[in-house]
Amino acid sequence: MALHFPFSAIVGQDDMKLALLIAAVDATVGGVLVFGDRGTGKSTAVRALASLLPPMQAIAGCRYHSDPVVGCAVPDCCGAKPGSAAQESITVAVPVVDLPLGATEDRVVGALDLERALTQGEKAFEPGLLARAHRGFLYIDEVNLLEDHLVDLLLDVAASGENVVEREGLSVRHPARFVLIGSGNPEEGELRPQLLDRFGLSVEVKTPEDLKTRVEVVRRRDAFERDATAFTKRWHLGDSEIRDRISGARSAVATIRTADVMLERASSLCMMLGTDGLRGELTLLRAARALAALEGAREVGDQHLRRVAPMALRHRLRRNPLDDAGSTVRVERALSEFFDGAAERRVG
Amino acid sequence: MTQDAAQGQAVWSQALLAAALFSIDPHGCGGVAVRARSGPVRDAWLSIVRGLLPNGSPVQKLPLNVGDDRLLGGLDLAATLKRGRPVSERGLLVAADQGVVILPSAERLDPAISARVGAVMDQGAVLLERDGFADRSAARFGVIALDEGCDQDEQAPASLLDRLAFRIDLEAVALADVGVISEFGDRVIAARSRLGTITVPDDMINALAGTAYNLGIASARATLLALRVARASAAFDGREVVAQEDAERAAQLVLAPRATRLPAPEDQVPEAAPPEPEPPSPQADNDTETDLDGPLEDAILAAAAAAIPAELLELLQAGIASKSRGGSAGRAGAQKKSPLRGRPAGVRRGDPRAGKRLNVVETLRAAAPWQVIRRREGRTPGQGPRVQVRRDDFRITRFKTRTETTAIFAVDASGSAALHRLAEAKGAIELLLADCYVRRDSVALISFRGKSAELLLPPTRSLVRAKRSLAGLPGGGGTPLAAGVDAAAALADAVRRKGQTPSVIFLTDGKANVARDGTGGRGRAEEEALSAAANLRALNVKAMVIDTSPHAQPQAERLARAMAAVYLPLPHANAQVVSKAVQTVMASET
Repeated sequence: MALHFPFSAIVGQDDMKLALLIAAVDATVGGVLVFGDRGTGKSTAVRALASLLPPMQAIAGCRYHSDPVVGCAVPDCCGAKPGSAAQESITVAVPVVDLPLGATEDRVVGALDLERALTQGEKAFEPGLLARAHRGFLYIDEVNLLEDHLVDLLLDVAASGENVVEREGLSVRHPARFVLIGSGNPEEGELRPQLLDRFGLSVEVKTPEDLKTRVEVVRRRDAFERDATAFTKRWHLGDSEIRDRISGARSAVATIRTADVMLERASSLCMMLGTDGLRGELTLLRAARALAALEGAREVGDQHLRRVAPMALRHRLRRNPLDDAGSTVRVERALSEFFDGAAERRVG
Repeated sequence: MTQDAAQGQAVWSQALLAAALFSIDPHGCGGVAVRARSGPVRDAWLSIVRGLLPNGSPVQKLPLNVGDDRLLGGLDLAATLKRGRPVSERGLLVAADQGVVILPSAERLDPAISARVGAVMDQGAVLLERDGFADRSAARFGVIALDEGCDQDEQAPASLLDRLAFRIDLEAVALADVGVISEFGDRVIAARSRLGTITVPDDMINALAGTAYNLGIASARATLLALRVARASAAFDGREVVAQEDAERAAQLVLAPRATRLPAPEDQVPEAAPPEPEPPSPQADNDTETDLDGPLEDAILAAAAAAIPAELLELLQAGIASKSRGGSAGRAGAQKKSPLRGRPAGVRRGDPRAGKRLNVVETLRAAAPWQVIRRREGRTPGQGPRVQVRRDDFRITRFKTRTETTAIFAVDASGSAALHRLAEAKGAIELLLADCYVRRDSVALISFRGKSAELLLPPTRSLVRAKRSLAGLPGGGGTPLAAGVDAAAALADAVRRKGQTPSVIFLTDGKANVARDGTGGRGRAEEEALSAAANLRALNVKAMVIDTSPHAQPQAERLARAMAAVYLPLPHANAQVVSKAVQTVMASET
């Protein structure tokens, strides 16, 4: 297994890192989209996340690495009962599965196991990438170049959390709950709005604008390429600190208090921006809660809402082609009006 | 003559140097983009590279429209049928491991293929998830992209160029300039073994990053590639530590061709620098860190600036670095069509006759469950093929060959069309584009004013690009209507050649007053406009004329009739109305 560039060694790109951490803390925020310039380390960050995630418990021998507490209900699999002590449980790494361009549908959803069918004449299901990504992350680099029929498929599964395979006389349904992470360059084609909306958080990455940061980016990347082992070791401590933060935040996130006034503020912020549907509001609150947990706070405050609002909302604004300002600018504008204006009012 | 020869020789010696440095570390350097027509000079350069590569390194040529099965790998049909169990076949990229991939006609490379190659280059491996196989195989190769494009706009996809360290242009090299430096071979071999131990002082990294910054290069990859080239250069010269000379070489070979702006002279206010065309890259901002500037960086920057190719230099000096730099991949989707490709829309039972593509894997899957029974049924058990495929098993891939439409806007940006009309046209195009990208259609924009017509936006689906080029749409001047119609007709023809369906929308008042040759005069200008319109009609393209004058004009209506276009007087047109009208026309008769 090739070593990944350590997460803690990534220079700058705070929004992207925060969005990934939030998704790692609370999978229900619903995926992260990273859009931006070429050569800004988008895929580096996502792959770095893989070696950062705290491991999880899974039923030994289960093809869907199901949670021992939940059990596995897929026919022809391990058949583990929920919480059954008879099942051996093992510690496995959280899957971060790459969906490479050029992948075929049969590998994505799973299909008849050709080997067994040809050699033994057995009809068996061979799980695909969606099964492998269950309980983990599914990463699509260049998501805007993914073929449409695969996109449709993913949308369906991501929405339902279940993969239904009806092909070659097979009829299989298995759980496939994963965090969808996509990255791409908008210059190479836009993302369809349907897919855009499926991502909970969306961040824009840009080339760092000051020279010092850029020098540091190159220096670390170069050091990593020269000696990956030594470099990874050097950043080991930084990575394990982040890992602890994720673990801590995961157990704390359920206890984070969200005052009613905060719920109201989130709603009125969404109304002010005119975001479509309730999904934005929910994501905003969940992300704010995850951020509070990451920071070790007890309850969600204004600063949390404000920090996550751009990434939770900017891709949900109704597109107004006549407004030249990008969505980020519009969200920022509304935010400063909302929070600073409100602060003034309270002071006054 | 002698000056040309001297220039040709200089270019050639740079090309030789690039060949040597590339073959020291093909994967690390990413590759070389070679702009040259196919011919003896290019062949000579290629054979030099082949000679410099280690003995027996694979050199794989990728056909332009290579399918995923050959590119990445997949099921080997012959072996599968023979052995009676699935056998995988490695793709061209895996076969090129430790060698070189050659991309001929890279300027026409499908962006989808470019993205696949790019992903493999980044990972150094092919991640195969196809035809029932899941596999990861090493694929560390360098790329030689042979670009036969004739102008700046025609070049390899930006996502690929970003990953290639070198860009050389052999157009200026005559066959007489071609020479070989024989001792390069030994130096390259020695350099390759030394490469791992070369160290880079910190100030060299600073200087290269600073140079990239000052030349307005946004991608961090450029600096990293320059660093690797500097290392290869030190190894090539037998140094243990990267010296200024190496950094200068790297800046000349890697950074100079990527410049998007000229370095601002010392002590100049940043605003005086040529306007930066690409919003994503940093503007020359005031809080630039200056403490990293040093004499070393100045020297390297000067070296790079001196090496900026003449054509690019002109553009940069004019402050209009080609908008397509970094953007030509906006063609994404536009070229996806090739027979039997396009969007696969599932698989069904059927006969693989001409024009249908057999889906081997699905056919085998259909046949697989019956193998045991068929073998038992067979007259002579144990005989015959291992896998028995029958007619019923055949599965063919269906492709949805929906033709993509391209809406070509020809906008009258002359003085007679008041400026606010231009704003409405811009708004309408953006609205349409927002709608088009849901339906995956493209939009193009031609403006005509003064003496000629100009293609402002080649067919694209990218809202980002469209916005950028629309923002810069100037107005004023005469109305060269004939030139506008001609340009629209030419583009419509080109779009159709790509297998897409063009439709042309004119926004004009129809009052031509500039003839094709740029001279004024209402009579001739109108006459020419009508004959141009007749040409467009002959192309049989769906067209529409939106009369933008405050009162409906007979000229515009005449023009519409001449090109058999829908005529729509919209004196109070606003963006929404125009957009709706266009959608109605585009949807009709399809």
